[in-house]
Amino acid sequence: MTLEPAAAPHKDSEGAKIGMWLFLFTEMLLFGGLFLLYSAYRARYPREFHEGGQELNYVLGVANTLVLLTSSLTVALSITAIQKGERRLSMILVGITVALGLVFLINKGFEWSHEFHVGMYPGSSALSQRPHGLQLFYGLYFTMTGLHGLHVIAGMGVLSVMLVLLSKGKIRKDDHIKLENSGLYWHLVDVIWIFLLPLFYLAA
Amino acid sequence: METPETHAHIVPYGTFIRVWITLLALTAALVLVSKLEHDALSVPAMLTLTPLKAGLVFYYFMHLKYESTLLKGMLFIALAALIIFIGFLFFDISYR
Repeated sequence: MTLEPAAAPHKDSEGAKIGMWLFLFTEMLLFGGLFLLYSAYRARYPREFHEGGQELNYVLGVANTLVLLTSSLTVALSITAIQKGERRLSMILVGITVALGLVFLINKGFEWSHEFHVGMYPGSSALSQRPHGLQLFYGLYFTMTGLHGLHVIAGMGVLSVMLVLLSKGKIRKDDHIKLENSGLYWHLVDVIWIFLLPLFYLAA
Repeated sequence: METPETHAHIVPYGTFIRVWITLLALTAALVLVSKLEHDALSVPAMLTLTPLKAGLVFYYFMHLKYESTLLKGMLFIALAALIIFIGFLFFDISYR
């Protein structure tokens, strides 16, 4: 058996995709651990968690769900577009996705600043005077939505890089695995929010 | 089976848009049921509609429908591990 000359750089989209999924599994288990903690504390303090959920603004939570679901759609469409060779359309769709991520964060910023304003933040004197279960509720709320928010920021960063690669023609009709993997990450961030919505905003 | 065809599968725009509309409708249903303040209805609704929404994102948006058996199996194992943990947790909570 003779070795082939190294004419073209080695490409393995299937391997790249499996690698991405393996990373996503670690993300699922990271948030899974926090969901377990939430369930254990909710079972212990059902009344306080119910009360905490009522204090959150569910309209903002639902609005952000619509924003993230739509951003998931646009990133999925951008992959179809590049597969069809429509580079401009693909770039517009990725751009919209990043913009929707920003809308999500601005929304979240309004929400958090309201909670800080009324003194409901970890370690505040107002919160420390409330029942222990409520302190745990707010602790989990800030940890889980905060960690999720960091993932949104990371996803926006990754997708911005994809926008540059698209403009330079490094992501093309015949080589788009980077965009696909970035899309996978964005969708997982969306899935995590799908679970956060009922746990914090609707289960009240 | 990993064939070149499954790898190069192009999902039509229309499929994604239909999935998106379904996701919005499921979200609306979830919010409406939760506002009924009727635990016997809202808890089962949340426990079914939320995983259903996540499933749609996995299956269509994340292309799972078009992936190899290997990848589907890997995801199954990861989810099964998580579900076993959740099962143990509630087993512990209910007999404590």
